[in-house]
Amino acid sequence: MKLIEDADAEALRRMLAGDPVLVDVIPAAEAIPELGEGMILHAGPPIGWERMCGPMRGAVAGIAVAEGWASDLGDAERQARAGAFAFHPNHHFGAVGPMTGLTTRGQPVMVVENRAFGNRAFCTVNEGLGKVMRFGGNDAEVLERLRWLRDDFGPALGRALRRMGGLPLKSLVARGLTMGDEMHQRNVACSGLTLRALAPALAETAAGTAALSRALAFIAGNDQFFLNIAMAMGKAITDPVRGISGSSVVTAMSRNGTEFGIRVSGTGDTWFTAPVEMPEGLYFPGFTAADANPDMGDSAIVETIGLGGFAMGAAPAVAGFVGAGAPSEAGSFTRRMGEITLARNPEWTIPAMDYLGVPTGIDIRRVVETGIAPTINTGIAHRKPGIGQVGAGVVRAPMACFTQALVAFADSVGVS
Amino acid sequence: MSAVVLNEVRKGFYLDSVALMRLSRSIAEMAEVEEAALMMGTPANRQIMAEAGLLVEAGCTAGGGDLVIGIRAATAAVAEAALAEALAQLDRPAIRGGAVSAWRPRTLRSALTEMPDASLVLISVPGDFAAAEARKAIRRGLDAMIFSDNVSLADEAALKREAQALGRLVMGPDCGTAIIGGVPLAFANAVPRGAIGIVGASGTGMQEVSCLIARGGGGISHAIGVGGRDLKPEIGGISTLMAIDALDADPATRRIILISKPPQAEVAAVVLARLGRSAKPATVCFIGARPMAMPANATQAFTLKGAARAALGLAPEAPAPIPVGLAVPAGRRRILGLFAGGTLCAEAQVLLLQAGEPVRSNAPVPGAAREGRADGGHLLLDLGDDAFTRGRPHPMLDPSVRDTPLAEALADPQAAVVLLDMVIGYGAHADPAGHLARMLAAEPRSGGPAIIASVTGTEGDPQGLSAQIATLAEAGVTVAPTNADAAGWALRAIGAGTRR
Amino acid sequence: MSEENRPSLLDRPVKVINIGLEDFARGLEARGVEVIQLDWVPPAGGDPKLADLLSKLGS
Repeated sequence: MKLIEDADAEALRRMLAGDPVLVDVIPAAEAIPELGEGMILHAGPPIGWERMCGPMRGAVAGIAVAEGWASDLGDAERQARAGAFAFHPNHHFGAVGPMTGLTTRGQPVMVVENRAFGNRAFCTVNEGLGKVMRFGGNDAEVLERLRWLRDDFGPALGRALRRMGGLPLKSLVARGLTMGDEMHQRNVACSGLTLRALAPALAETAAGTAALSRALAFIAGNDQFFLNIAMAMGKAITDPVRGISGSSVVTAMSRNGTEFGIRVSGTGDTWFTAPVEMPEGLYFPGFTAADANPDMGDSAIVETIGLGGFAMGAAPAVAGFVGAGAPSEAGSFTRRMGEITLARNPEWTIPAMDYLGVPTGIDIRRVVETGIAPTINTGIAHRKPGIGQVGAGVVRAPMACFTQALVAFADSVGVS
Repeated sequence: MSAVVLNEVRKGFYLDSVALMRLSRSIAEMAEVEEAALMMGTPANRQIMAEAGLLVEAGCTAGGGDLVIGIRAATAAVAEAALAEALAQLDRPAIRGGAVSAWRPRTLRSALTEMPDASLVLISVPGDFAAAEARKAIRRGLDAMIFSDNVSLADEAALKREAQALGRLVMGPDCGTAIIGGVPLAFANAVPRGAIGIVGASGTGMQEVSCLIARGGGGISHAIGVGGRDLKPEIGGISTLMAIDALDADPATRRIILISKPPQAEVAAVVLARLGRSAKPATVCFIGARPMAMPANATQAFTLKGAARAALGLAPEAPAPIPVGLAVPAGRRRILGLFAGGTLCAEAQVLLLQAGEPVRSNAPVPGAAREGRADGGHLLLDLGDDAFTRGRPHPMLDPSVRDTPLAEALADPQAAVVLLDMVIGYGAHADPAGHLARMLAAEPRSGGPAIIASVTGTEGDPQGLSAQIATLAEAGVTVAPTNADAAGWALRAIGAGTRR
Repeated sequence: MSEENRPSLLDRPVKVINIGLEDFARGLEARGVEVIQLDWVPPAGGDPKLADLLSKLGS
């Protein structure tokens, strides 16, 4: 249909024209004025306390204590059960968050501005590995780190970024792809490139050498530091693609630990959801698949723009996460994702695949036609709150999201 | 816990965390190993190992750039063995380059990004889906060969009309044979390239004719299958006409052969008129048709053998001398034919009818009767017919389809001759003669009917023509040089005379 | 290559996309013919309603 072809061409144009720049770190309440007391943004499609998985509940309790809304974790849970908190998806407020993805007014958020369209998107600062709130961790160590991020690190990073005039991300990601990152499970190169770019400005604007040292060490010690930046970038790139009548391009993929949800440009802000699947992958010592929580997080926004599982060919080491796949087969994932996308990103290319561009613009028609579900690289959370990450792996988006979306999309263009 | 925990630190040894996780899993899966981990010695990782009960004093000295191996096992011996294995795996050189890629495109669209200059799709998916795949192909500028059957006549007509408008050729549905530019597609034989182009609505007919041309010293420019229903009025010969156009325009083709069942008069008229507009000489073999008016540049052939001979510029009839000693049981004159090739079955029927012998078949040519109650008369069966292949492979792929009817024919008290075909070549069963020989060896044959067969194939075929013939001869089968001669010998053996 | 200007079947080298029986692709490969084997499955998982929608929507 001409209508769909034109709409998809426009969607692709907008997606590829995106010019994301990391410009600032500001309190979430400033970034999202609607974000009031007792309001908690979470990963994935809408969900209330009663249907939340364990790690999400653990994170809710932790953040309520950190925000000073509850005296302790037990009090926080009692309040949550009693309906004291208002839950909304990050995606409804221009934000994204990894795993549990909680965003509340007091947290610092990184701001990515899409300079081609003028829109902004937000994501909290990555806490590092181990026991962290995004995996449901909520002990004293977790809460102390959150306070440090809010009071020291966030403001310092914001000052540095403002001093630099922002950190352009498109070229940085292009370099990261040539250095073995796919921006979801592997952000080693981009985190390093970011640190290299930030260090002088951080030094100039730091409150003192001790603060500077801790800030630099924090970034340097976290191979996944860039993930949250990549996610805000993904959100900043996809938001202008939303709401193009007749476009079959996916604008968001996200999971709340209970459901997987997608949004499609031509069907506006409707979520098409299905029960989330269990990731398949490798576990840290002492943990097995029996410990795993179902898949979770807004991080699949990076797959939505052609990174993560879609860019597996750039990161052969990550291919091992599927278990059976040899690193030499990494390119197969990227090629397979190429069957469900409309284009190759000419600026984000993979050297080992003869500079093939990452597959971009997921078309729900092609997903349903081929039966090939988007492959998402993901971290695996323990099913109990407070334990944290227990592994990493791969999860497929449930096909039911796409078949539902296709029926609604067909209806939106007058086809039944 | 009385387990033994062992640590070893490799200073300055970096491996990607994913590679390490895979190694960890393989060591942890060793018998009697309780837990194992190989990690870079960052504080966070050492903490994880400590909590997993995998860290002892030795490992605590590791830094972030060092690799820590931690193993917990029931006994020291097991732990030592696991550690040795871990070290061995670490030091093993990079493993397997593997195949170039296990990835295969799922859709035509992505196959075309891999091979933008693809010329043809060969489709053998279930019939319900075949037309849709072919439609995608022609819309993207490819020609299509549809091996699949069970495509509705309406789908075939719509597909071919669209293809015609796009200037693309659809071979099939139910097209088993083509040779394009020397490339055999699906079922075809190793024949030399030459000046004779074939258009055929019949796969085995094209195979027999192309093999006889090859054996007669000629060669094939292209053999274009069109599918068995192309000359039905609903289709109107769209692909046949396009194939004639293509051969007419093809400089390598100097002579054209058309092979089909007899079409309806109006379709025949259109096709013959098209042939008549060509400057190239043509041979028309509407197998089973009566003599018809032909354009000035065309001659009609009545058998496949006749078509091949005409195309080679030879006299139409040249019966092979009947072998000495071919005898049939006294008092019997029933011919039972069991054919893998539908057109070979038709050719045999034509020859029996020409000799004045009434014949029945499940796929009767004009003048033959539809298979009815067994009445002792001649019966020639097309075993490629749906009734025999439902839920089974075609007899060209699986010769055992013929086993049961053959056993029945051999035991038939009136059978004088059992008439068979062997179709070899690319795509066909690896050794149909060998299968038949093994089957015959297990059958009591004394006093039974004579078995006469022919082999459709060439020396260059994977099965080898002479090897198949030798196998048949050893099994007591009388092997005729052509399918037509096999039928002729059967007729002579029962004392019938060929009149033409 | 513009689809309208593609030469006819007989005027171009035979390069095959094989959809279905793998034996056909293996046979062509063995004879040095360029061939791609599709990892074909029934479109839309064989769901006729979705397949019908897809054919109307194009893809």
